[in-house]
Amino acid sequence: MAEIRNYTINFGPQHPSAHGVLRLVLELDGEVVERADPHIGLLHRGTEKLAETRTWIQSVPYMDRLDYVSMMCNEHAYCMAIERLLGIEVPIRAQYIRVMFDEVTRILNHLLGIGTHALDIGAMTMVLYTFREREDLMDVYEAVSGARMHAAYYRPGGVYRDLPDRMPQYEVNRFKNANTVRQLNESRQGSMLDFLEDFTNRFTGYCDDYETLLTDNRIWKQRTVGIGVVTPEQAKAWGFTGVMLRGSGVPWDLRKKQPYEVYDQVDFDVPVGKTGDCYDRYLVRMEEMRQSNRIIKQCIDWLRKNPGPVIADNHKVAPPPRERMKANMEELIHHFKLFTEGMHVPEGEVYAAVEHPKGEFGVYAVSDGANKPYRLKMRAPGFAHLAAMDEIARGHMIADVVAIIGTMDVVFGEIDR
Amino acid sequence: MSPKLERLSQALHEVLGGRLRSIVVDRGEVTIEVAPEDYLGVAQSLRDHADLCFEELIDVSGLDYSTYGNGAWSGKRFAVAVHLLSVAKNWRLRVKVFADNDDFPVLESVVGVWPSANWYERETFDLYGIMFSGHPDLRRILTDYGFVGHPFRKDFPVTGYVEMRYDAEQGRVVYQPVTIEPRENTPRIVREENYGDVGHG
Repeated sequence: MAEIRNYTINFGPQHPSAHGVLRLVLELDGEVVERADPHIGLLHRGTEKLAETRTWIQSVPYMDRLDYVSMMCNEHAYCMAIERLLGIEVPIRAQYIRVMFDEVTRILNHLLGIGTHALDIGAMTMVLYTFREREDLMDVYEAVSGARMHAAYYRPGGVYRDLPDRMPQYEVNRFKNANTVRQLNESRQGSMLDFLEDFTNRFTGYCDDYETLLTDNRIWKQRTVGIGVVTPEQAKAWGFTGVMLRGSGVPWDLRKKQPYEVYDQVDFDVPVGKTGDCYDRYLVRMEEMRQSNRIIKQCIDWLRKNPGPVIADNHKVAPPPRERMKANMEELIHHFKLFTEGMHVPEGEVYAAVEHPKGEFGVYAVSDGANKPYRLKMRAPGFAHLAAMDEIARGHMIADVVAIIGTMDVVFGEIDR
Repeated sequence: MSPKLERLSQALHEVLGGRLRSIVVDRGEVTIEVAPEDYLGVAQSLRDHADLCFEELIDVSGLDYSTYGNGAWSGKRFAVAVHLLSVAKNWRLRVKVFADNDDFPVLESVVGVWPSANWYERETFDLYGIMFSGHPDLRRILTDYGFVGHPFRKDFPVTGYVEMRYDAEQGRVVYQPVTIEPRENTPRIVREENYGDVGHG
């Protein structure tokens, strides 16, 4: 009789559904996974070490590059940590802008998460639609910060600048004729808020479209229902947060439980799953996008009515306005000191966490009073989720591993740091 | 101090008693320090005691205090800061433990208490060289296969020691000593207290 042996294969780092650079060493008994050993670190850049050699403000753009599909949420946690260390207040308008962009980011992240998850397990169409909507939201990013992805828009003490009055428009070129451009620019005639409002009105319809494609789809359900089941106890023991925890039926959302900025002023619901499988987590993500849409609408409404400053007035932390800097010696000195030596953060340590689209993203910052962080540690939600890969995937078929990676929504920028 | 933090520090005093080296409430956060020999027992009580209920370990972070305050540090060099969260009670806690030996820092592993500590301890070992006794699988995690040294220690240069390039003659990737010079654009400065009086001042 032939000898039966387990088979060890490499899944990734070049596999299209490995979401970047995940190398997964799988030990298989036939098609059943006996052991999964994720090898991470292929995208390790030493962000935390680099941050120790930069002034506090110079590290803001590094935060975008951690989880590169939810850029502003990372910046948010970092800026919040600095603000807590300094003990400064953020103007209320900046808080609303931050909440609005956090939710824009949440939609961006879930669109990519659901789109690629569906793509990985066979529903090719989804990603085409979700990326269409992502384009609109990235235009919003670009309008406000000048960059489609790596915005560096949140700054310690507020946000870099106020929302623009005019939405950038398409121009005629050899690929787009006047007629197409007119159509594309129809919703871009007003301010950025007008464009975003138009998007939020359209977006519920888009969500319905996605649900038509997936929610009752027989193949989608066969691939996700009962796959990757996590009980509430397991989820807590493995340090899960965000959708991975809520999908298992634990109503835990930092926006509700430990509200930061103005989340206690806006009205929204927190969806919770029942069985803790991939399908439930998909449903939670869909509902979260609709709730984010609600929050964005409320923020737009508030921001229209309440003009005001968007960054703190403390010039040891935030730069003075440009025109005053040009005219006033005092402001010029502040500007020069802030951008050369940087701000001095009082001694102490702080852990600031936000409800990132993927879970709890935290920044543990230790300052010894210098112009640079003494130690900066990023708590990435994906790191804890991926760590449980072995236990979740054990006993599943190899094709289900792809579904589990998709439902974890791993992004290597944050896991490898 | 908010009533909630007061309740938490009260409970910590009652449950941990003498095992508490220090307790600090700063900026709305509670930090306790425990001795390395008490660490595992404290972890167990923090998770299981009905008044504390820290059922989630959120983060483990290594710390190297050797250049803290430009050399003003006199305590032990290596520490681990563990961030805990209680979903039931909705509060957080930071536990700090300093390793006794600066040359060969060893702490007990809390994987048995919180399984999520597994990768976090591997990371701390990889980046700081802090050993965790009782850890089931203490391998490197973030650095390259065959990496030498612990890159987040303060005496490890940001540029590292080796660089990698493709060698056309040998037809493969080779390692060689770094050719770039370390460069510091902005010097690190610790100012006297109330310099420019930011925030609290």
